[in-house]
Amino acid sequence: MFRRIEGAATGPRVTIEVDGRAIPAHEGASLALTLMEAGAMPLRHTAVSGSPRAPLCLMGVCFECLVQVNEQPNVQACMVGVRDGMRVWLQHGARALEAAS
Amino acid sequence: MNAKTMTTHPTSGTPDPAPAHDSRQGIAPGASPSAVDTLIIGGGVVGMSVAYGLAREGDRVRLLDEGDIAFRAARGNFGLVWIQGKGHDRPAYARWSMGSARQWPAFAAELAGRTGIDVELDQPGGLSLCLSEQELAQRTATMQGLRARFGDDYPFEVLDAAQVRELVPQVGPEVVGAIHGPLDGHANPLRVLHALVQAFGQLGGQLVPGVTVQAIEQRAGTFRVRCGDTVHEAARLVLTAGLGNATMAPWVGLRAPVQPNRGQIIVTERVQPFLRHPTLTVRQTGEGVVQIGDSKEDVGFDDGTTLQQLARIAARAERCFPLLRGVQIVRSWGALRVMSPDGYPIYEASTESPGAFVVTCHSGITLAAQHAGPLARWIRGGEPPHDIAGFGAARFDDAGERSHVPAH
Repeated sequence: MFRRIEGAATGPRVTIEVDGRAIPAHEGASLALTLMEAGAMPLRHTAVSGSPRAPLCLMGVCFECLVQVNEQPNVQACMVGVRDGMRVWLQHGARALEAAS
Repeated sequence: MNAKTMTTHPTSGTPDPAPAHDSRQGIAPGASPSAVDTLIIGGGVVGMSVAYGLAREGDRVRLLDEGDIAFRAARGNFGLVWIQGKGHDRPAYARWSMGSARQWPAFAAELAGRTGIDVELDQPGGLSLCLSEQELAQRTATMQGLRARFGDDYPFEVLDAAQVRELVPQVGPEVVGAIHGPLDGHANPLRVLHALVQAFGQLGGQLVPGVTVQAIEQRAGTFRVRCGDTVHEAARLVLTAGLGNATMAPWVGLRAPVQPNRGQIIVTERVQPFLRHPTLTVRQTGEGVVQIGDSKEDVGFDDGTTLQQLARIAARAERCFPLLRGVQIVRSWGALRVMSPDGYPIYEASTESPGAFVVTCHSGITLAAQHAGPLARWIRGGEPPHDIAGFGAARFDDAGERSHVPAH
């Protein structure tokens, strides 16, 4: 659905884990864009009505790209740079009180 | 309400003269919309409850509401429908509050039926969690005193550490016990206000937002209320302006010596449901938000927040529920309680200006069902509800001089 523009600047190739699956990524790239490129769609389901959502603004405003990053739920994926070995969980409904690991 | 607003009205071409706060000067003729039966000043949850109740009884009602410069306790409160501990030195207040809690399920159903708005009422019983034996002993003594004054059927239970955990397994190791009140519950206060506004409108009620009342007079049995160039007229007038009542009540021969008392509130991100029973300071809303509020501060009209209080509130909440440790705070705010000298409501009909009423209280959510029902019927000319007999401002005459003397 989403494709990286040819020639866009990229960092070194790394691997992150999304819901336990290895995903190729570029160090320092936007996590939201990386997830979109990997086809993680819908990215989440909302906490109250459970409706499916995808990243919208990609600049930290809309809070539609919330994911769990390592131990921390409800992180805005568009405001996070990819790090090698980063573990990401997509969120469906409200976050749990004990974070997944 | 902010007392004074100097405005220039483009239509008149000249600056508005100083607001005529002294109603004896008379109100100059102005544009007068059609007269209604009742004018209500103040559109918080108290005013909207009374307005809805009167409109439901068949009154033509117009509600005058200030703009967003108003302090609006109705938009900052915690949302409890709470009984336990209330009226420890005034059983009539305990009865009045309990009556409201018992009417709440039908009231919520009625609002949902009219508007489709679910106010998220849930009354599963509430808890005052105690973090020390001393705290538990104090609360227990207060509740036993209440039962002694009220009667043996006053419902509450003292839970020990094990019993609390049976009800709420998520409490922390420091929780030594709790008071359980079976009538206690909570609602979403913003949805309550929204539903009241919608239902009032459906009944033909007129809501006039963004106006500041500058003067009130009564002439030949008609109240005339001036807001800028407009004069509103009605035979009946109800003041429900929260802290603004202090200024306006004397204009119609009433008194409302209310003072602000600040509470600070924290809300967290939404989390999966873990807490059905509201506690006095921590509750989880129907949408998963954890709401935390636990401060009482005498800071005048400052409705801001302080890091010191917020940190204290959060720390105590975490001792009650250690699983909140990693939960993110998304918002915090301060709001001003509307407190009379003894903390109880003021309900009074004016003898100097017949047809004028003042209604003010701290617990607008808890008491909403009473305000929309029995209180509205009294204002319309019915018998005063038995339990409000002692809630005129005259009670402050006796206590006024002694109010600073310790009780013991």
